[in-house]
Amino acid sequence: MIETKEAGILTAIETKDAGKPTAIETKTAGKQTMIETKNVNFYYADFRALKEVTIRVEARAVTALIGPSGCGKSTFLRLFNRMNDLIDGTRLTGECLIDGEDIYHKSVDVDALRKRVGMVFQKPNPFPKSIFENVAYGLRVNGARDRSFIAARVEESLRAAALWVEVRDKLRASAFALSGGQQQRLCIARALAVSPSVLLMDEPASALDPISTAKIEELIDQLKRDYTIVIVTHNMQQAARVSDSTAFFMLGELVEFGSTKKIFADPDHDQTRRYVAGRFG
Amino acid sequence: MISRKTKQRVAFTTFRLLGLAVVAILGWILGFIIYRGAGAINWEFLTTFPRKGMTDGGILPAIVGTLYLVLGSLAIAFPVGVMSGIYMREYLGDRWLARVIRVMTNNLGGIPSIVFGLFGMALFVRAFGFGDSILAGSCTLALLVLPLIIRSTEEALRAIPDDHRAGSRALGAGKLETILRVTLPVAMPNIITGLILSVGRVSGETAPILFTAVAYSMPKLPSGILDQVMALPYHLYVIATSGTDIAGARPKAYGTALVLVIIVLAVNLLATATRACIGKKTKRD
Repeated sequence: MIETKEAGILTAIETKDAGKPTAIETKTAGKQTMIETKNVNFYYADFRALKEVTIRVEARAVTALIGPSGCGKSTFLRLFNRMNDLIDGTRLTGECLIDGEDIYHKSVDVDALRKRVGMVFQKPNPFPKSIFENVAYGLRVNGARDRSFIAARVEESLRAAALWVEVRDKLRASAFALSGGQQQRLCIARALAVSPSVLLMDEPASALDPISTAKIEELIDQLKRDYTIVIVTHNMQQAARVSDSTAFFMLGELVEFGSTKKIFADPDHDQTRRYVAGRFG
Repeated sequence: MISRKTKQRVAFTTFRLLGLAVVAILGWILGFIIYRGAGAINWEFLTTFPRKGMTDGGILPAIVGTLYLVLGSLAIAFPVGVMSGIYMREYLGDRWLARVIRVMTNNLGGIPSIVFGLFGMALFVRAFGFGDSILAGSCTLALLVLPLIIRSTEEALRAIPDDHRAGSRALGAGKLETILRVTLPVAMPNIITGLILSVGRVSGETAPILFTAVAYSMPKLPSGILDQVMALPYHLYVIATSGTDIAGARPKAYGTALVLVIIVLAVNLLATATRACIGKKTKRD
């Protein structure tokens, strides 16, 4: 199992070095590419937040984005559901593909894209509605009207987010009555309800206590069977625990990308080594 | 050298006294009006027309007229104001156009109400040909409270954390959907506070309706929005200054004042209750 994974990463690195990555090569290694960026530059007005980032994210695996504050990792994450579009004066060059489709192409329906690419934020942000309505929100926005379908989907999502047992007796209660960790799992359930294929997580556990954090990490481990997960984290141990691949960013550049094992045990770059050892950042 | 503790005590005592003074003045006014006006109020006073040069009878047409004007002006100003507020906060953000509109609305709010009255007469009564009517008066009053409603809507929306908007957008909801399903329901209690303030403002204003809507006396209740009406504040002004027997009408004047105050308070209470109810609903539901 581990061997095939290693092989997959190796292939990815080799093809990257060869400069001509093709989808077939990575598929032969047993792993499919879900997200791919090619020479992505991103600007906030005149500030260049990302520089020539080229990366391939495996499907049904967890990819961690690490790096010091302001290195562009959150900006990079928000490329994939185009949340950066909501900020005035931003600009992107290069290519950003999800499932082979250029998501910055003019013909792309951004709202439809966001249904395919779910997001969990740093601070739990449930809506001021009931637990049930929070999870049903995405379905209703998508035009779902059938009550039994919505109810079934809500239960399914809450189960997938490991929250069902805790809330099944109080679905009509306010989401704000839940603890921070439960709220975050509710937000995960909310994102899962619209059946995305990718789940973006922006420091999902940084506002939570250690026990809630452990639950979220456990959940991530289960979810990666069905979803491609990209997670931004400040917590080295967390990256090491939950992810299969790790990308290290600094000053808007992708310094190193590889299997988490390699990044933490034997990185190619000195900067990476110093960062994961906690010597700066 | 005065100790910090003493300074603090002096400061707090001053604040407390000033705070109490405000309450005391309000209580005094209310008490005075109730004391002088309560005697005049009875069923007949509320349900009949004035008689004998307003020294006898009731104020029914003035009550009805004021209600019509309040409802009419808010029916116009509320949707327009709320939509403007939404447009400014959610669509324009801090762009120059939003700043221009904001400065303009603030200036609009600073214009003396008599100027609104004259403007309303020129535009609604004359140019639009509404005549002296509920419609013209409502339009004029609507202009008067529009800044208040726009302002409170904008502030209510500003108070909502961007987290909610981002959460909704990230689920694939469009901008309008996000506003209708998340932002506006959460902001509604505070928007209604603006509405409450508007009711108080509109029901007490005399100048804007002076040339646009009110009549000295009406023989019957208005039958349509193009009819003239009587209104409480103007009626109060009339019986306090220009009747044939001012001293004789004095109890009626206090009674009228009391009714006006009660109507404003009642509407405020109703709106506060609605607000609390909506607030509860968005939290629990």
